[in-house]
Amino acid sequence: MATPDIASRRLAAGALAAGFADLRPPLAPNEARIAAERCLFCFDAPCVTACPTSIDIPLFVRQIATANVEGAARTILDSNILGGMCARVCPTETLCEQACVRAAEERPIEIGRLQRHATDRLMESGIQPYRQGPSTGRSVAVVGAGPAGLACAHALAVAGHAVTIYEARPKLGGLNEYGIAAYKTVDGFAQREVAFVLGVGGINVVHGRRLGAGLTIDELAATHDAVFLAVGLDTVNRLGIEDALDGVVDGVSLIADIRQASDLAAIPIGRRVVVIGGGMTAIDVASQARRLGAEEVTIAYRRAAAQMGASPYEQRLAQTDGVLIRTGVVPRRVIAEGGRVVALEVERPATGERLTLPCDQLFRAIGQAIVADEVAPLAIVSGRIVVDEERRTSRPGVWAGGDCVAGGDDLTVTAVEDGKRAAASIDRALREASGG
Amino acid sequence: MADLATTFAGIRSPNPFWLASAPPTDKAYNVERAFQAGWGGVVWKTLGEDPPVVNVSGPRYGAIHASDRRVIGFNNIELITDRPLQVNLDEIRAVKARWPDRAVVVSLMVPCEEPCWAGILRLVEETGADGVELNFGCPHGMSERGMGAAVGQVPEYVEMVVRWCKTHTRLPVIAKLTPNVTDIRKPAEAALRGGADAVSLINTINSIMGVDLDAMAPSPHTDGLGTHGGYCGAAVRPIALHMTAEIARSPETAGLPISAIGGIESWRDAAEFIALGAGTVQVCTAAMVYGFRIVEEMISGLSGFLDDRRYGSVAAMVGLATPKVTDWNRLNLDYAVKARINQDLCISCGRCHIACEDTSHQAITSAVDGVRRFEVIESECVGCNLCALVCPIADCITMEPLAVGVIDARTGRPVGSGNTWKDRA
Ligand SMILES: Cc1cc2nc3c(=O)[nH]c(=O)nc-3n(C[C@H](O)[C@H](O)[C@H](O)COP(=O)(O)O)c2cc1C
Repeated sequence: MATPDIASRRLAAGALAAGFADLRPPLAPNEARIAAERCLFCFDAPCVTACPTSIDIPLFVRQIATANVEGAARTILDSNILGGMCARVCPTETLCEQACVRAAEERPIEIGRLQRHATDRLMESGIQPYRQGPSTGRSVAVVGAGPAGLACAHALAVAGHAVTIYEARPKLGGLNEYGIAAYKTVDGFAQREVAFVLGVGGINVVHGRRLGAGLTIDELAATHDAVFLAVGLDTVNRLGIEDALDGVVDGVSLIADIRQASDLAAIPIGRRVVVIGGGMTAIDVASQARRLGAEEVTIAYRRAAAQMGASPYEQRLAQTDGVLIRTGVVPRRVIAEGGRVVALEVERPATGERLTLPCDQLFRAIGQAIVADEVAPLAIVSGRIVVDEERRTSRPGVWAGGDCVAGGDDLTVTAVEDGKRAAASIDRALREASGG
Repeated sequence: MADLATTFAGIRSPNPFWLASAPPTDKAYNVERAFQAGWGGVVWKTLGEDPPVVNVSGPRYGAIHASDRRVIGFNNIELITDRPLQVNLDEIRAVKARWPDRAVVVSLMVPCEEPCWAGILRLVEETGADGVELNFGCPHGMSERGMGAAVGQVPEYVEMVVRWCKTHTRLPVIAKLTPNVTDIRKPAEAALRGGADAVSLINTINSIMGVDLDAMAPSPHTDGLGTHGGYCGAAVRPIALHMTAEIARSPETAGLPISAIGGIESWRDAAEFIALGAGTVQVCTAAMVYGFRIVEEMISGLSGFLDDRRYGSVAAMVGLATPKVTDWNRLNLDYAVKARINQDLCISCGRCHIACEDTSHQAITSAVDGVRRFEVIESECVGCNLCALVCPIADCITMEPLAVGVIDARTGRPVGSGNTWKDRA
């Protein structure tokens, strides 16, 4: 019987450190100025339209070019309080930078890196540009401290509402802290950004409270004037085939383990790894598995490359890391020996051909869902909460945003926009209710 | 390859590219390197009387940068040479002996007294130099001592000093003019009256390059205090072109040889000055920014151009554009152009629209049938050129002349020829 090869310390310390260093290092000041001076300051700029949070990109880039870097950061953060993280993780090549008029001509303005330049500088300066607004006497519960929750809480605090964040996990930040590949946000940036957001004041954090585990929407509604749900997605979708075997792992847990590890070398990884899925989680698992030292990593995706949730840039990144992306293959059977996975059998539906992909570890990355009972009795569609334009749920007084709502595209930046819109709607509702 | 050899006011050089009197020509070491690189001539850094002046030891230079930190404007508060006269004379003699085919002109600035000029001219003649350039231009440091621009700004002084010099030397005399005057023709006429063989222009323009907002002082500054310096570099080229054309086309000074200076960086810049009437060109800032090798591009570019156009020599193209410089009131007001946007080249940045919309004639759309698209509205377009200038893509927006007889959609008048403001009045 083959013993599965799962081991820690596959790589020398230097190689490991290099693999988990900053993926896109920050721009040096001179590089930033040169990059900024290329911006054409377009009329009705297409990049702004392409940004889910509508950051005034030409303005902030011009501010960088004129050595007003703090002003640039203010421009960014006024539209997107998590502009620092978005600068690191946004798929800019399919958003602002794709819309850039210079993309057609040669190469687009490096908006993401410029945004990081400005926000990093502001955060390093220690300046706190935001202050809690004059108290309205109203209180709002925000459930979940991921990008949507933090953005909503911040905007509400600026508007003068008392905010209580309920967070189930030990650290705030949601997927920024637990769900993003380590080399995209190095040096504890997620926690520094959380501290910056909370620095506005007026946001109270209650740890260890999870919706569905003692905390209910009814209770929150009774103790607050409004409720914003930003609980993310809880459960990992099952394959529907021999899920319970040893060696079959949730991709999101590997990502979280890597982010929380004090010693990356201690994380065990298979020699041969197969990842099922086609989104960002699949890419982050596959690339990081390679960077931990897995020798063979294959992504098995059921449809075509163009339909993958991961952008072409992300796909290329994984391929450069040595990941083999197999498209058009449907998982049919997990092959096990002695209760442990040894291979995945996939089929090419077009031809009926079957392939066996040997593996020591098999990662599931085929999406997540919400635990429906936790958010009952809200209207739900395909495992997500239904909301309107203003992010109102079917229950008055309850708003929702981020990955837990239907219709989004599971990006940090869209979660921030959800939080922003919900906060504006909540603020309006509370002011109307008090006749003010 | 066309022969670039030039004879200017009797001074011969293998090409018309000279280095202007400034740091690049400060001493034998630099000039040797310049000649090795291919420069046709130099005007030696201005000599004065002993004891030599003392320069500031703080920053002497300031600059205006375009994107990518390209230096487009430059300024200095440097004085004339700060080395003993005899050292310079010895070096000039040695360099001229080693490079007989190159032009070595010596720039001079001494107090406004005839014996001073007579004395130094005799010494310069002994070096074997090809000519002298009288520095009537430095706008700082020397002018406060009654020299440089202080002379150049008073036509009577210019005439007087030139006359002294013509009396005391057999060498060609070039009067270097200051642009810090209202009408450049006046000092040029004065130089001609005094007997000058040529004029050179422009020297530098009075300027403050910036303000250091931390020190609350001009930048650069010397120990907290700043003063105006002389402005030069690419940014001054339009001013120099204008002054060159004014002298070339004025009946009083037409035919007076001009050595043009001011913002010349490339063969094309040089060709433009030559077309407006310059016989040679002089370069300072571009050499200070890029080094002497730029002359290779200048030589190959200009000879390629002369070949292309079959002009055969530099002299053949001197002043070809001069007759096309005229006064506003001779312009044809019934001529009309319309902007045209090449939609295949357009990247839809919208700069043309917002420039026209906010500041001009509301003649460019931002959307057509609800779709982002920039098109010229001919009935509003006055042909001003703003859109073409702000467009980031070369040749995407062109100004297309309307044929004679066509009705201009904006004015309703037919396009005609030769109707000036007087005809239209
Ligand atoms: C640092 C510096 C020093 C200069 N010194 C002199 C000088 O001693 N005598 C002189 O006639 N012109 C002097 N000039 C003026 C130049 O010869 C030239 O007229 C002017 O810089 C314009 O040319 P450009 O745009 O190519 O620099 C100096 C210019 C600079 C930048």
